[in-house]
Amino acid sequence: MKWLWSALALLLGRGRREAVAPSAVERPRIVPRQESSPRAELAVLALLALASLAAIGFIVVYVVDRLPAQTQLLGLTLALAFAFLSAALLVTARRLVPVEEISEPYPEPEHSAEADEVVQILDESGERMTRRGLLKVAAAGAGATLGAALIVPAASLGPVAYPDALRRSPWRRGLRLVDSKGRPIRSGDVEGKGLYTAFPQGVSHEELGSPLVVVRVEGQRLDLPEGRDPDLWAPEGIVAYSKICTHAGCAVSLYRTPLYEPTSKSPALVCPCHYSTFDPATGGGVLFGPAGRPLPQLPLEVDDDGTLRAGGDFSEPVGPSWWGVRRG
Amino acid sequence: MRTFGLLLALVLVLVAPAAAGAADGTSRGRGLFFSGCAECHGADLTGVQADPSRRGADGKVPAGPPLLGVGELAADFYLRTGYMPLDDPEEQPRRSKPSYSERDLRALVRFVASFGGPRTPQVDLARGRTSAGLKLFVENCAGCHQVVGAGGYLTGAEAVPLDQATARQIAQAVRIGPYVMPRFSERQISDRELDSLVRYVLYTQDPRDSGGWSLEHLGPVSEGIVAWLVAGAALLLVARAIGERIR
Repeated sequence: MKWLWSALALLLGRGRREAVAPSAVERPRIVPRQESSPRAELAVLALLALASLAAIGFIVVYVVDRLPAQTQLLGLTLALAFAFLSAALLVTARRLVPVEEISEPYPEPEHSAEADEVVQILDESGERMTRRGLLKVAAAGAGATLGAALIVPAASLGPVAYPDALRRSPWRRGLRLVDSKGRPIRSGDVEGKGLYTAFPQGVSHEELGSPLVVVRVEGQRLDLPEGRDPDLWAPEGIVAYSKICTHAGCAVSLYRTPLYEPTSKSPALVCPCHYSTFDPATGGGVLFGPAGRPLPQLPLEVDDDGTLRAGGDFSEPVGPSWWGVRRG
Repeated sequence: MRTFGLLLALVLVLVAPAAAGAADGTSRGRGLFFSGCAECHGADLTGVQADPSRRGADGKVPAGPPLLGVGELAADFYLRTGYMPLDDPEEQPRRSKPSYSERDLRALVRFVASFGGPRTPQVDLARGRTSAGLKLFVENCAGCHQVVGAGGYLTGAEAVPLDQATARQIAQAVRIGPYVMPRFSERQISDRELDSLVRYVLYTQDPRDSGGWSLEHLGPVSEGIVAWLVAGAALLLVARAIGERIR
């Protein structure tokens, strides 16, 4: 509001000053006289008044706080206030502000002798520094270290300095699988057509290696890669994979699980970001999509009471792939 | 004697199924099942394996899962959503107008349910909380159906939009897992949580769009882009109009 009033005051004041001015000492004009335009002034006043009205409307809508479409009305009134204000400025700029185009050639340098003097002063000022070389080296050193300070954080972009961190996960042998509320998951809970998200007990859910998808695969469909003993990697047909897609690191939250398999697609874990599709029956192999490597699988153990526990760490590094991910 | 034999046969044909069905009131449903469902689900509800030699005139091979023990839950869901009967067993079932009248539909459901199986969970919307439903939906459903319930795609299948689902159908789908949707047990989503979940899905069907222009609920990123494009273009035009030189 303040600016509105000041803009108004400025405009009114201008008119008044003009009325008083002629009594002052006659001086030659600098700005050439241009016609006044009462109609334009009237339009500006009207537009400013409308802007004020719209702004007041905004305040009223805000204070009343009980209108059905309050958000929309707030937006509308504020937009109108700005629109009227800009229209007022537009008319002012076009019709009321004197416009004149002036162009002059560049002047000749006036004080060429003094310019030489300045160069001399600069040359002689440098004489105070005796250890120029050292100072230059120090300045270069400061510049270089500052540059390095800006570049070093780029190390966080990839596993250059600490490649092991990306190969570790919080899963250890014997760690219990719990659901998002912290309740242990038992093998009996894992039904054939369900998708279960599990976390290591007592570890932050935020860690990249924490979340798992747990599903049950029918015995005859199970076809794990060589070296993965079904008793250790798929006890009772239950398999667990990292929930983090190996492509871009989204959560693999889609489970395509046919109610009646002969007439629909085979079961698959699907990432909603780019539709990487993984086969839970074959150790998380890629069926489709941009992922370049299988989902990391977690070996499992089943307690006597049916509680699921990790049987070790993942089959491969968790998370989006990076250069050199396959190197041991 | 021959006439009597024919009459006896006729009486037996007419009475025997009626008597068998009359006991549990499923004769009407049985008839409807044999004429409409048995080709794919089997006359004894044990399902039909796809057999290319049984290819029909339309080139489609009848096949379908067993329906023993699916109960009122699945029968009611599939018939009321119009998912069944399905023209081509290989196709994803789509929502359509139910093929049966209310009376026939009830009879069919009663017949399928007479073989046992789960019932539709009771939904009590008054006990649910929309905010809790949102949380459950984000955790379990939004991956496929999107947080606004607009549906989405999987590889080779479609996650259906939820804009026409009724409270009963939402609850049923959670417990059945139709087509390629996972099934959610009571341990994953309890019946009380289901109240909240259904409440949230119903909310997405008629959400309060406080911004005004929902852009088909594409999401905040797309909305932001549109806002910037529209507002940015308008600002450019205004700035140009104000700053333009007068000749």
